Amino acid sequence: MPRRVSLFVTCIVDQLFPPVGLAIADVLERKGCEVEFLEAQTCCAQPAFNSGYRDEAREVARHFIETFRDAEYVIAASGSCCTMVSHHYEDLFAGDAHMLKEAHRLSARTFEFSAFLTDILNVDDFGARYDGVVTYHDSCHALRELGIKNGPRRLLSKVRGLTLKEMPAAEECCGFGGTFSVKFASVSGAMARTKIDSIESTGAGAVVSIDSSCLMQLRGALLRAGSEIKTLHLAEVLASR
Amino acid sequence: MNSASRDAILGRVREALHRKAGDVIEDAPPVRLDVPELGVPARIAGFRERFEALNGKVHVVSSRDGARQAITEILNGRAAVASNARFLEECGIGWLSSVRTGLTDREELKAACAEAPVGITSAQYAIASTGTLAMLSSAEEPRLVSLLPPAHIAVIPASRILVNLDELFEKLPLPADVTSALVFISGPSRTADIEQILVRGVHGPGEIHVVIVEGC
Amino acid sequence: MSSSYPIQIDATVHDPALQKAVYTATGRLMDMRRNAVALVPQFEELRNHANAVKRHTIGHLDHYLELVERNVEAHGGEVVFAQDSTEVADFILTLAKQKGAKLFVKSKSMTTEEIHLNSRLEAHQLEAVETDLGEYILQLADERPYHIIAPALHYTRHDVARIFEKKLGRTETEPSDQAMIARAVLRQKFLDADIGITGANFVIADSGAVVVVENEGNARLTHSAPKIHIAIAGIEKIIPRAQDLAVFLALLGRSATGQAMSVYTSFVSGPRRTGEVDGPDEFYLILLDNGRTKVLADEAKRQSLYCIRCGACLNHCPVYRKIGGHNYPWIYSGPIGAILTPQFHGIDHDPWLPFASSLCGACAEVCPVKIDIPRVLLELRRDVIESKTAAGANKLERMVFRMWAWAMKRPHMYERLGKMAAIGAPRGDAKTGWIKDLPGFLAPGPVAGWLQERDLPRPAAHSFRELWRERQKKKGPAT
Repeated sequence: MPRRVSLFVTCIVDQLFPPVGLAIADVLERKGCEVEFLEAQTCCAQPAFNSGYRDEAREVARHFIETFRDAEYVIAASGSCCTMVSHHYEDLFAGDAHMLKEAHRLSARTFEFSAFLTDILNVDDFGARYDGVVTYHDSCHALRELGIKNGPRRLLSKVRGLTLKEMPAAEECCGFGGTFSVKFASVSGAMARTKIDSIESTGAGAVVSIDSSCLMQLRGALLRAGSEIKTLHLAEVLASR
Repeated sequence: MNSASRDAILGRVREALHRKAGDVIEDAPPVRLDVPELGVPARIAGFRERFEALNGKVHVVSSRDGARQAITEILNGRAAVASNARFLEECGIGWLSSVRTGLTDREELKAACAEAPVGITSAQYAIASTGTLAMLSSAEEPRLVSLLPPAHIAVIPASRILVNLDELFEKLPLPADVTSALVFISGPSRTADIEQILVRGVHGPGEIHVVIVEGC
Repeated sequence: MSSSYPIQIDATVHDPALQKAVYTATGRLMDMRRNAVALVPQFEELRNHANAVKRHTIGHLDHYLELVERNVEAHGGEVVFAQDSTEVADFILTLAKQKGAKLFVKSKSMTTEEIHLNSRLEAHQLEAVETDLGEYILQLADERPYHIIAPALHYTRHDVARIFEKKLGRTETEPSDQAMIARAVLRQKFLDADIGITGANFVIADSGAVVVVENEGNARLTHSAPKIHIAIAGIEKIIPRAQDLAVFLALLGRSATGQAMSVYTSFVSGPRRTGEVDGPDEFYLILLDNGRTKVLADEAKRQSLYCIRCGACLNHCPVYRKIGGHNYPWIYSGPIGAILTPQFHGIDHDPWLPFASSLCGACAEVCPVKIDIPRVLLELRRDVIESKTAAGANKLERMVFRMWAWAMKRPHMYERLGKMAAIGAPRGDAKTGWIKDLPGFLAPGPVAGWLQERDLPRPAAHSFRELWRERQKKKGPAT
């Protein structure tokens, strides 16, 4: 049964990594979803929220809620942005009964991409092929707020030609953390290097994640270290043939 | 100072919680105690396994006389101070010439314990699931005997081994009613404060034995 | 108020020996916790239960404080309420004078670190000796704890040897030898001490008791050998019933060091009783506020007071593991320090602190009493910004966020700005397309911060929305 799904590509994917959004659309369409992209969407408001600017965050969150008011399913290209909508909008609208209701309504319809595949579509094989060894990085918010741990691994296990090699510190933060990455650059950089040591110890040719922001941090640090290891969003792996 | 500070603190607490003196108290969440069924042999085996994993030594004997023999072997010629526990008396600890017992003066006891190579006590309970001794301070069982000497021997009847900590608190819901100090001992004294390297016997005993007497 | 973080952080991050020491030690503590927790299938239930008990107790704290007071007195002890460090010191100094006490032995207590008790006593020619091995080393070195449960975690045996040589004239470098040197020195102190001072891991309301958890035996000696025992506890340390310990002890040892039970757990209710040969003649419980009632007043952040000081959040925090304990402004370090410090000291004191987190959530995941530390950090960030705004101290950043919000509500403006960035951004590296370096005038603060550590992606030539339009056009009209 085709489902109408609305892409929430996130501003990072929209502006920096558009192929990720296309890959998500391809994968969803492959299983009969009717994919829409609402052009009114911009950002989920997390940068302002995490920086302590609640009023500004609230304005942008309100725009987001209005944008997706009629969407049947909202599919987020990022675990972190997904939790902003599904977990933190209620903090923003705690004092506004109407908006709080809208926030809860939206929260119930918003899914991180891989969780939508494994938990709602109940599909794990997309006929994908990727020749090589990869390792998987657990993005913090997907792991700890959404409880996403085995789903992406199951999806990867069905990809032909792909070998998944676990890294020792898969659950350790990559050091991105939004503005943390630039306000505490030296700490963030050191965290990334620790993560990279862990990735390199697997001998994998690529690191896969469901958050483009983690991948931006890791790719930036890998390039700086002169590493050849690639970064891939899970959707890019699933879309490859 | 104290009464003014007391009132100030309680006042601030009530203001913070929007409460008034004498406001009703909701019930605390029910106590959570979970005591599985376990027979005495399994309790002994469980205690032995845990306690030895902590680097303690367990000796199981079948009589009070056996306990005395075990102690003689463990002492291996060392002198000892023993507590005034009735069970130790029943085991005939007083017959051992190298063991000093019956101390009732604080300073004398402290001096004896500071010198003795070994302290011998009983214990009110032992706990199988964690390899723990539960010592209740009393006239029979002073605190320093199990603390100052570098080695400690505890002698207990097998019937006093409990399944877990939950069972202890089931038996002793209000420990303060029966003692001024309840001390749990799980293995030898240890530290890992320097480079996380394990060192035993840093302040308390580095050597600890439990003699379990079956059938009593 | 200063927004910038201590520059010493950068030095710590680039000190390979220290990095290795802290990362290895915390990693080992993480492994020990993981292995211990794996053996307890109902661990999650225990955490939920402990959270509920703490929430209840903190929510009725006035009642429980009075209950503690009544029950301590019922067992022959005395409760002293102290609003701050001065009141604690005044009480102890008066008592010492009255009893002619000169020598204090102390077991490890974060609460006494909080109020700098040792230096206050020393100022009155009283000797206060730390007896936990790690704390003793720190006292000799005149440093504060690096970690809540492993105070000397940053020292190697050679550091300890240098400290012992200077202060004790001993040069041994084996940790076992060093521990025995400390044992010998401290044993005499225990035997000579007039007063023993302990902290309290828990204060038990229905028993009027304090519970002290340790591995070395120094806390037992502290409350057993001298004639006077003073326990100092924050008012938040109360749990209602002795029976609650079954759950709290199961959580504490495993979370802290992976131990099912710490070696020694003492449940002390008052002075020795009639007939007892040894034990203290007097028992005092000092219940300290020192800012706790301030924390209590904020409903969302009140949960910070549930903490049982296990240190698990430090071990699991990727930021603590990089910056170590001494870059935190107060004795409480790591995630719990990041939420306690601003609430105790005031938000304007170290406004950078709540921001020194990637919000990864590892702390909340392991907290035995389930304090939602990331959430409290977010609340504190809001408080910092509100306070700065009121003081007009963040005009530029505020303007940036206002403009950002303005643009984000206008999709066309958002798209146009994105397009301008894509066209105007400098070229990337020929091979990778990512930007490696920029001249200063092209790199405002955040960009420079990024480039200091990493290459920077260039905005895509065509945004997703542009590509989407193309894609839909190619697919033809929707069916």
